[in-house]
Amino acid sequence: MELFRLDAMQVADGIKKREFSAEEYIQQLLERIDRVEPKVNAFITINRKEAIDKARSIDKKVRDGEPVGPLAGVAVSVKDNICVKGIRTTCASKMLENYVPPYSATVVIRLDDAGAIVIGKANLDEFAMGTTTEFSKHGATRNPWDISRVPGGSSGGSAASVASLECAVSLGSDTGGSVRCPASFCSVIGIKPTYGLVSRYGLVSYANSLEQIGPAGRTVADVTAVMNAIAGSDRNDHTTLDMKPDYSSRVPDRRFRIGIVKEFLSGADPEVAKVVYNAADILTKQGCKCEEVSLGSVEYALASYYTIAMAEASSNLARYDNVRYGFEMSSEGYEWNSYYAKVRSNFGEEVKRRIIVGSYVLSSGYYGKYYLKAQQVRSILKQELKSLFKTYDLLMGPTMPILPFKMGEKIDDPIKMYLVDIDTVVANLAGTPAISIPGGFSGGLPVGLQLMADEFQEQTMLDAASLFESVTHVQRSPDL
Amino acid sequence: METKIGLEIHCQLTGAKSKLFCSCSCEYRGKEANSNICPTCAGLPGTLPLLSRRAVELAGMISAALGCTVPEEIAFYRKNYFYPDLPKNFQLTQYNAYGITSMGVDGIMQYGDGKSARIRRVQLEEDPGRLVYEGSMETSPYALIDYNRAGVPLVEIVTEPDFADPKDVRLFLDKVTSLIEHLGVCDTRLEGSVRCDANVSVGGGNRVEIKNVSSFADVEKALRYEITRQNSMASRDIEIKSETRHWDDARKLTKESRTKEEEQDYRYFPEPDVPSIVLGSEFPSLVSRSMPELPDKRKERFISKHGLSPHVAQVLIDNKELADFFETAMSAHYLPREIANWIVNDLMGFVDEQQKEERSILAGLKVTPGHIAELARLVDEGTINRSIAQQVLAQAVKTGEMPSQVVRKTHSSRIDDSDELGRVVDSVFKAEQSAVQDAKSNANAANFLLGKVMAATKGRADPKAALELIHKKLAEQS
Ligand SMILES: [Zn+2]
Repeated sequence: MELFRLDAMQVADGIKKREFSAEEYIQQLLERIDRVEPKVNAFITINRKEAIDKARSIDKKVRDGEPVGPLAGVAVSVKDNICVKGIRTTCASKMLENYVPPYSATVVIRLDDAGAIVIGKANLDEFAMGTTTEFSKHGATRNPWDISRVPGGSSGGSAASVASLECAVSLGSDTGGSVRCPASFCSVIGIKPTYGLVSRYGLVSYANSLEQIGPAGRTVADVTAVMNAIAGSDRNDHTTLDMKPDYSSRVPDRRFRIGIVKEFLSGADPEVAKVVYNAADILTKQGCKCEEVSLGSVEYALASYYTIAMAEASSNLARYDNVRYGFEMSSEGYEWNSYYAKVRSNFGEEVKRRIIVGSYVLSSGYYGKYYLKAQQVRSILKQELKSLFKTYDLLMGPTMPILPFKMGEKIDDPIKMYLVDIDTVVANLAGTPAISIPGGFSGGLPVGLQLMADEFQEQTMLDAASLFESVTHVQRSPDL
Repeated sequence: METKIGLEIHCQLTGAKSKLFCSCSCEYRGKEANSNICPTCAGLPGTLPLLSRRAVELAGMISAALGCTVPEEIAFYRKNYFYPDLPKNFQLTQYNAYGITSMGVDGIMQYGDGKSARIRRVQLEEDPGRLVYEGSMETSPYALIDYNRAGVPLVEIVTEPDFADPKDVRLFLDKVTSLIEHLGVCDTRLEGSVRCDANVSVGGGNRVEIKNVSSFADVEKALRYEITRQNSMASRDIEIKSETRHWDDARKLTKESRTKEEEQDYRYFPEPDVPSIVLGSEFPSLVSRSMPELPDKRKERFISKHGLSPHVAQVLIDNKELADFFETAMSAHYLPREIANWIVNDLMGFVDEQQKEERSILAGLKVTPGHIAELARLVDEGTINRSIAQQVLAQAVKTGEMPSQVVRKTHSSRIDDSDELGRVVDSVFKAEQSAVQDAKSNANAANFLLGKVMAATKGRADPKAALELIHKKLAEQS
């Protein structure tokens, strides 16, 4: 049996029923990783020894009849900007190439408690800044559906590892679409939870007020199980809300009122738009009510998003000065300002660009013109969404306006690159949840469908995803 | 020329026990370098600040005690700048902008005799770490960084430029110090727990900041130096630069900072990881209710209830330790005026200036409130006279013996046995025959004889009884 093909729920079930052992499963996955990694490059670090040790301890618990948790033995890849104690966390940057965190992120502890096994640390754009996973010190990750194309980003390693059957599920982080974009490009499911639902403790900050950790997986049931493990208040993160949700992935009886966001489609590649309209037809046939709606302030969303994200990033990344941790570079003979300058020249181009722009928009005299204005756009957008969600359970559109593109195609043109985030940044600005589900293919390339819900309405979003999944059969992993 | 002085006082909230955004201890002194840190206060990637509620309450108390408006909602801002003592290369502090204020604004405080100063703002922030040099900062070939202090809650009190005289500054600082001691928010005896920067301008000229002043006595000295410097420049028509000057403790002068502090752009913006904190409309009254008795009230009580003079009461409450000492002594023997006078006029004579500066007046003394209470009782009961009592106190300060013990050992209690006193008077009369003759016609000569009696008894004689005996004997002889 090819155990590496199993979804998370099948893995946990099989291990608990002793159909196979966690160790056998992990061994097979490690072999799979060795086989496909040269093509995909989804991992920065592979956690071989610890993964096998954990698998053995789960097998022992199963033999002894002890409880093993809902994700028993399930292999999870963790984006390399989420801290796992004792394992290098590099953020795909030279600045942290030797950094080993002394503590684990809350989400990692919770997954561990649920029985999941961290199989490795997934590749990303440096400090999660990018849409293609090309800006990595570790080299670019490739799209498993066509390795000449980008997998999306910045959680490209997360989505690619799931689609390539190198793990069952993954944890990514979504600041402006960083889980949903690669989920869309790799034909898997990716969630950006409501701001404050999942703890960010242990997530290396890029833009604190926008980002959330979210799962990627091949089935709605799998991402639901991961959400159940990680969501809920955390006393180590002041921005989490006091709640502990329990989501279901059963196909609902309920039918939904869905608004198709006109602005998301008008700017999209016609091939992409076709898949979305087709999906709307499928849902309509299932009894849902789909109609076109307008979200006028989308026009300002990108400018607002990049202003806030870069401002926060410029301050968050100030701590990387190589004084307390970092990489080998002697400070002998430097005055500290010149040492900082020398050290910080080791950031990648895209990171430097965002630090410079972010510093500029926060500088005295410009704060009101940029940062404050961006915050105003944010509240207008929130209000507009709030009023739409009075009428509609969900808003729908493409996750990405274009198909996965060739590697290197947009790397030299930052503005062109930023434009493709237009559909995803809305949820980050508003703090509302969104999901990307496989919608279909166009010329062999995946198209993701984005569903957005009102804050803390994750269940509605998951219900609609389950419904769509139950009546479609969109392929989740390519032949490699 | 008109002098304007403003102050920035930094006070560590050691009473909060933990650092401002993590659970590490506030007690960083005397610990091995970089041992009092955790991932959060060391600024490790992925950590998030967790605000200490206690620190907010203590800062609220300070604000209320300084007569500030305590807001119902507060927020924290990032102040971005690169310096090796900052683990995150930004400091979490407060900022008055966009409808959100700091812990307190627009206060006013009375001090001295009817003087007052306006408080611009009170804000809560993190203390940075410490840089340790080999020798002096200028010549050290390296700087070592100790983050043990990084994150300790700090309250910054900023006044309006309402002072003209350095002496008033000193009075104000004493008042503020006493206030924070009474609130229990800060152990002012710890080195560096209260720091003060000042700014000075004369005749409407540019403002000069004075930093690096380690003690309040030096604040006064630094201000005097700076005012003289600026006045002499102004009288020669030399323009005073707007700059930051450092106090040179060894040479007792202010000097230009070695590194030019250019106009920094701190790129303030609200800290996203600490959402704005709604303290609620009850917070200000809650804070007021939980506040202990403040110095002004205490002084009033000392005067009205215990009959102290305003001056003596002021000296006592200027240092909480002293006021507490007084109250403890008074509870042993209720002789408030006697006790207060012994503390203020006599005991303080044994405390050196250094100890007063360090606010640990009583640390080196072997005398407890029990000692002073007993001393006051011995005087009050007439067992010893005042001058003997002073000698007894000097002995007690040295050895820690109780006053009654000292009195017993030195036989210094008053001679009330009239036979014994009679024998002494007899022998004086024998020795001073010419004075005795004088005394029969001249009343002043009787005082001379009394002096001789007192000397012969080393002051132990009761002067009243002795004089009576002398007059009696003179009358017998005439
Ligand atoms: Zn700490």
